[in-house]
Amino acid sequence: MTTTYKNVFIKETATHAGIYEANGPLKKYFDKTYTKDLYFGEKSWEKAEIKLLKDTITTLLRKSRKKESEIDLIISGDLINQIASSNYALREFNIPFLGIYNACATSSEGMIIAANFIEGKKAKNCIVSTVSHNTAAEKQYRNPTEYGTPKPETSTFTATGGAAILLTNEKTKVKIESSTIGKIIDKGTKDVNHMGAVMAPAAAETIYEHLTKLKRTPDYYDLILTGDLGKYGKEILIEYLKKVYHLDISKQYNDCGTILYDIKKQPVFAGGSGPACSALVNFSYIYHELKEKKLKRVLIVPTGALFSPTMYFQKESLPAIAHAVGLEVVE
Amino acid sequence: MKNQEYQEFIKKYTPKPKVAKNGLIAFLVGGLLGLSSEILLEIYMFLLHLPRKESGVLVILTLIVIASILTAFGIFDILVTKVKSALIIPITGFAHSITSAALEYKTEGLVLGIGANIFKLAGTVILYGVVAVYLFGILRILIMGG
Repeated sequence: MTTTYKNVFIKETATHAGIYEANGPLKKYFDKTYTKDLYFGEKSWEKAEIKLLKDTITTLLRKSRKKESEIDLIISGDLINQIASSNYALREFNIPFLGIYNACATSSEGMIIAANFIEGKKAKNCIVSTVSHNTAAEKQYRNPTEYGTPKPETSTFTATGGAAILLTNEKTKVKIESSTIGKIIDKGTKDVNHMGAVMAPAAAETIYEHLTKLKRTPDYYDLILTGDLGKYGKEILIEYLKKVYHLDISKQYNDCGTILYDIKKQPVFAGGSGPACSALVNFSYIYHELKEKKLKRVLIVPTGALFSPTMYFQKESLPAIAHAVGLEVVE
Repeated sequence: MKNQEYQEFIKKYTPKPKVAKNGLIAFLVGGLLGLSSEILLEIYMFLLHLPRKESGVLVILTLIVIASILTAFGIFDILVTKVKSALIIPITGFAHSITSAALEYKTEGLVLGIGANIFKLAGTVILYGVVAVYLFGILRILIMGG
């Protein structure tokens, strides 16, 4: 489902990042980094993740000089069971709340919902936020964090960070111009350590759908940016799009998972992942480049592997999804 | 593209695990661990005047204690990423799996956290270890008469 918007703008963003992200190339774009450890003064990984989201939303309100009462709606999601981090962080705020889950595609899902509320004049100011925490995710999805089993090169590294964006109907420098809601795609991949291969077909389908529905070629965009396909997923996506959809995006294309870290030097295997991975890149670096007009049209395509450990143990393959959001400079 | 075709297609873009290199590292480091255990066994026998069997128990205990302490200090997982399965397969890996689970779940309390999760990884080894011991014990009696 592809939609275009006329009255949805980005007012402000806020990004808080953990130590691995702070050691990466995007450090200067983040509002705050936590470099001591991954606890942030809390007693557990989960509580640290909640604090991360709370701090990020507080920063966003401060930066945009908005009171809680001026925000019509906040949409938030994360990786922890029952989206606990969002639910527990948001109890501190007096703002109507919608909780969502689309794994690492959560930020674009939230942006699309918020954009539709604003375009339909049902809301003026909406916040979309997401958070992920490396060790909280490891604990829930994989092994205890201190149990360092060797991982294959294709595995990805869950980003630690909180990211929030304030969308509004007041004209600003950057607008949300279009969006495409993706379908769940499952190509039968069962390897949880190769999420790039799991998600690439979903990203391909969404990118193709978006460009075709809006009758655009890839060069309409200065940059097409998937969420967390990683080094190998990137190659798969480029070749898969060529082969199946006869579409060449190699000139405009990059992946947030490979931008957030220095993947040659940092211990992140194929690159970053987690809902915060794409949101940290898009809401800090990409938003900055758009504001400075260094980029004019960007299609962000956060990708999510809708992975359930229970279904995985029951021998099911891994479904994936990707939602696209077109960001453009207001001329 | 059909699912099966896609699975073939992605193979081209998936690096193969370095089986030979990882195997060699595991073999050498694992062997080194075995060698040092043997030396330790001889030392215990000599210093404490213990028979070989009892000395062996002490060696196992020593390895468990060292592995658990290294896990607690966050060193063991770093070693594992470097030397692969050399430390996971021996008794050190078993101790590490229990200590790491205990550390991870201490935030959920003594009963529902540590108590319920400490054997999360080691439980499989314990269960099938006990089953295997029974089976081989019975076989031994049947074939060798005890």
